[in-house]
Amino acid sequence: MFYREAGDFKVSYRDDSQTFPIKFDRYRYYVVLAVAFGVIPFLINDYWANALLLPFLIYAIAAIGLNILVGYCGQVSLGTGGFMAVGAYSCYKLMTAFPEVSMFIHVILAGGITALVGVLFGLPSLRIKGFYLAVATLAAQFFLVWLFNRVPWFYNYSASGQINAPERDVFGIIITGPNAPAWATYLFCLVFLALSALIARNLTRGTTGRTWMAIRDMDIAAEIIGVNPLKAKMSAFAVSSFFIGISGALFFALYLGAVEVGEAFGIQKSFLVLFMVIIGGLGSIFGSFAGAAFLVLLPVVLKVVGADWLGWPTDIVAHLQLVIVGALIILFLILEPHGLAQLWRVAKEKLRLWPFPY
Amino acid sequence: MLDASEGYVTEDGRKIGGVVMEMKNITLRFGGVVAIKDISFDIREGEIRAIIGPNGAGKSSMLNVISGFYVPQEGEVWFRGAKRPQMRPYEVARQGIARTFQNIALFEGMSVLDNVMTGRLNYMKTNLLQQAMWMGKAEAEETANREVVEKVIDFLEIQHIRKTPVARLPYGLKKRVELARALAAEPKLLLLDEPMAGMNVEEKEDMSRFILDVNDEFGTTIALIEHDMGVVMDLSDRVVVMDYGKKIGDGTPDEVRNNQEVIDAYLGVAHD
Repeated sequence: MFYREAGDFKVSYRDDSQTFPIKFDRYRYYVVLAVAFGVIPFLINDYWANALLLPFLIYAIAAIGLNILVGYCGQVSLGTGGFMAVGAYSCYKLMTAFPEVSMFIHVILAGGITALVGVLFGLPSLRIKGFYLAVATLAAQFFLVWLFNRVPWFYNYSASGQINAPERDVFGIIITGPNAPAWATYLFCLVFLALSALIARNLTRGTTGRTWMAIRDMDIAAEIIGVNPLKAKMSAFAVSSFFIGISGALFFALYLGAVEVGEAFGIQKSFLVLFMVIIGGLGSIFGSFAGAAFLVLLPVVLKVVGADWLGWPTDIVAHLQLVIVGALIILFLILEPHGLAQLWRVAKEKLRLWPFPY
Repeated sequence: MLDASEGYVTEDGRKIGGVVMEMKNITLRFGGVVAIKDISFDIREGEIRAIIGPNGAGKSSMLNVISGFYVPQEGEVWFRGAKRPQMRPYEVARQGIARTFQNIALFEGMSVLDNVMTGRLNYMKTNLLQQAMWMGKAEAEETANREVVEKVIDFLEIQHIRKTPVARLPYGLKKRVELARALAAEPKLLLLDEPMAGMNVEEKEDMSRFILDVNDEFGTTIALIEHDMGVVMDLSDRVVVMDYGKKIGDGTPDEVRNNQEVIDAYLGVAHD
């Protein structure tokens, strides 16, 4: 009843192309931002941060990145884990080589390096499409993990072959290592997520986003009306890998603290992020959030309900999770290929007319 | 036939200028199949030029050669007084050649507005970083181009479906949106591949009116392929007739209509 655009007239094209055209949406968005920045840091504790909030924030960045490539530009990628590893290892090398430089700069540089690697592995997309491209990116995944395992320079010749995040601070507050307070790591990730979402939104509502979607929907026609396919695809790979690299750097430095590449950034990670994008909604920034939240929440909810309330053995609960995710992927692909984001859109359409549907 | 001198005046008094595009001895082969055999013709500034012929005559191939999608084995393409080097289709589009497709080639996942906005790509000069910030230049560019697009949307009377996803539109409207996308590029040469295929009489009348209006108001040079002879003869200033990849006629609609070879190959005779 209160959720509608009636009376909310746009008098300029600028207003018309804003992110949240409906007033109610806009205010809700400000409220969410205010709560995320102003309330949660005071309530947060280690359990909430490590079980839910940090993985959600970090996976959401990765999902936004992958969504740009798969959802907006239509280029399938199974190399997300490998690209996250590039972000993590370049962040590690930067952190150890330049200890006095701010973590903000390290993380952004890690994203930049991953963007370059992404473009390199994206080059085959000019020639191959669909399935075959997926296989090519799969090769990137395995190659990158192998590289970080085999070349000791990447893990600074440490005996265990692991990389460990040294303690670093931002404005005097420790944000990496075991002594970092939960609210600081949370806020650091949140800043990156907010900026990533903003940038992704700005790109997708403008010229760049339209060239990506044109390539996705009909690449030959796109080229004939003036889209440079090289530029469009490479920019999608670059921007996508940039975000994925940032998420990899955060995943390593702030969330895990110590990483063994095959375990943390293996092929499972690629699939996990891809599932987030599919369940959340291809071609939707909101969908990236929804998918990340869903797949981060699911194991926690299952554990609380299954193991704590119903007293099931933990291994059954863990397996149940795999079954449920698998079933959901199939269901979403069949029933709602545009994912949670589309369900949300339909709900909003209904809400506009509620309570008088006719 | 017309002489090669500068321009002419049409029956309805429009002044036609010099040659915009000239095809010189174009031959296009696919393996052993010769799709186009040694064809030459020109398109003049401000005219509506039709290409007709039976199915498989090579009309669409000819359009694809003009828009750079096919590269002919022999022959030259001259555009605005210069020989065109071999270039990718998007570079041809940058030169000011826009087109529509026989089977609608809209971007189904995008709204009508976004589809038409893609027509403005050649005018978008800001880089990725500026667009990521959505401030200053990028925003100004978006707004300025939106104004042009809104004029086109107004002109083709599709304001009411501006925000609708293209996939939801009926066939006739899709054709119109595709024309809008091509027009948004403010092309120097507009190629229309069967703009009226599959339409009913009323939709054809609408489309014919739009084509004439585009030519009239913006002075756009138009080359079109069409099978409806009534429409072709009414709309166009000059007609090229193709059959089996060869040119069998070229001239005003009246000349073509009375050309015996064209009658035999394509038009047929009325039986009484």
